[in-house]
Amino acid sequence: MIELTHVTKEYAGRGKALNRLSLRLGKGEFAFLTGHSGSGKSTTLRLIHMAETPSAGEVVVCGFSSGSLAPHEVWKLRRRVSHVFQDFRLLPGRTALENVAFALEVTGAPGSEVEPRSTRLLAQVGLAAKSSLPVQELSGGERQRVAIARAMANEPLVLLADEPTGNLDERSSRGIMELFRDLNAQGVTILMATHDLELVRAYPDIRLLELSEGQLVFDSGLATSSHGQPSAGTDPAPTIPHSPSTPEPKAVQESGAVQVEGS
Amino acid sequence: MRTIREALAAIRRAPVLTGLSAAMVALALFVVGLFAVATYNLHQALAQVEERVEVVIYIHDDVREAELRLLEEDMLGLPEVQGVRHVSKEEALNRARTDLPEFEELFLSMEANPLPASLEVELAPGFRNPLSVERVADRTTIYPFVEEVRFGRDWIDRLYLLRRIGGIATGILGTAFAVVAGLIIATAVRIAIFARKDEIQIMRLVGATNGFIRRPFLLEGAVTGTLGGLLALGLTFLATAAVSRTIFPLEWIPGEWALGGVAGGGLFGLVASAFALRKYLREV
Repeated sequence: MIELTHVTKEYAGRGKALNRLSLRLGKGEFAFLTGHSGSGKSTTLRLIHMAETPSAGEVVVCGFSSGSLAPHEVWKLRRRVSHVFQDFRLLPGRTALENVAFALEVTGAPGSEVEPRSTRLLAQVGLAAKSSLPVQELSGGERQRVAIARAMANEPLVLLADEPTGNLDERSSRGIMELFRDLNAQGVTILMATHDLELVRAYPDIRLLELSEGQLVFDSGLATSSHGQPSAGTDPAPTIPHSPSTPEPKAVQESGAVQVEGS
Repeated sequence: MRTIREALAAIRRAPVLTGLSAAMVALALFVVGLFAVATYNLHQALAQVEERVEVVIYIHDDVREAELRLLEEDMLGLPEVQGVRHVSKEEALNRARTDLPEFEELFLSMEANPLPASLEVELAPGFRNPLSVERVADRTTIYPFVEEVRFGRDWIDRLYLLRRIGGIATGILGTAFAVVAGLIIATAVRIAIFARKDEIQIMRLVGATNGFIRRPFLLEGAVTGTLGGLLALGLTFLATAAVSRTIFPLEWIPGEWALGGVAGGGLFGLVASAFALRKYLREV
């Protein structure tokens, strides 16, 4: 579903954000992507969403390759791969329903389907009663639910989440995680970037990928880091067993990065 | 249909921003409009002066009717010539009396009419320049009964020079005004699009095609530009009317100029939108 092969991303004047990163996420998997600020989490998500192109290597998502997908065709990928953000990225001044409907309208959904589908999506995220409220009147957790409902509007195969609980309290964060679990149970592949280790520890069955300086240094699918042990400062790994949804890895260590083959 | 609905919805959602953009476009085009009125009136004034450009051929008294007709037909055959008028000796004297009443007594005391007959050659538009006038005058030299040819060489030279200077100044100033107006319109459209960059980014994020995103913005740009153009036209008309009433009479610009200005505003709004959008359609 998602495959990064020896991906390097270099920014002029800022050095390498990613350094020969290789990883693979199979269909229906759920994985956390952790690491310190600047470790390359967001860059990885942006590359998977094809908001950027790699300086070297290849990203393949849902059959679309970074090497061959033209910029004007990125919309084809975006209808299969959704993205939610820490800052929600909702349209202020519009209601929850209008925000969700917007995603359907701009992707050409038939007019008669837009409102019932938007209502249904908001009901799925527990916001049926607040669909007519402007988003600025909703709490952070509720706004994130609207963002998730919008992300699900086009029935994506993959959901990328960049610190989706970063602005939320613990209760709201748990609520969002339960929502993600439900979506994952429905077959949506989820890759969620977070630096909230408490949250990671609370879900030991979810696969954990840790980045440091643009390289994958730990994968709970392997149980140990590329250096033979979990990296310092991010130490949930020894207590986290393999995700049931994660196959046994056929791990290959290559060029300092870890390549994990999923299903 | 969706394009029109979205463009109108965007205008409705941000009426102040749309109004300000249209006002900026209007003010930019208003300056162009005033310049157009000034240029048109200057052009008209010069054209009126030019209409008086003519070649006067003075004829010997002993010319025969057939010879005179030959010269007249020869002149009319020239592309530079629009018309030829024969002024007899008597008519010349009558004109002199009318034009110079203070010499009435002198005219009465004269035993014979000293004024020659003449042919007044009117030049066609586009040929009222020194070169054409000279060519017409030269043509008369083959006729021995032509006494003298007058066409006010210095006056025509100056008029022609004034026209050339006017043309060059109009070109330079007009281009400068148009460029400034263009930059202002582009800025107004850019600000309007910048205010909605989040919307564009979200559309990109959820998988809208570039064409789908672009169309309402292009329409909105064209509508804003056209509204600005119409507003500018109204302001220009009011300013022209005010000057005509209080200072000196001005002629209103031709309909096609006005239409061109409004259409130009709309077209520029559309093009400026397309350029401003390119940046955002490359991001995310």
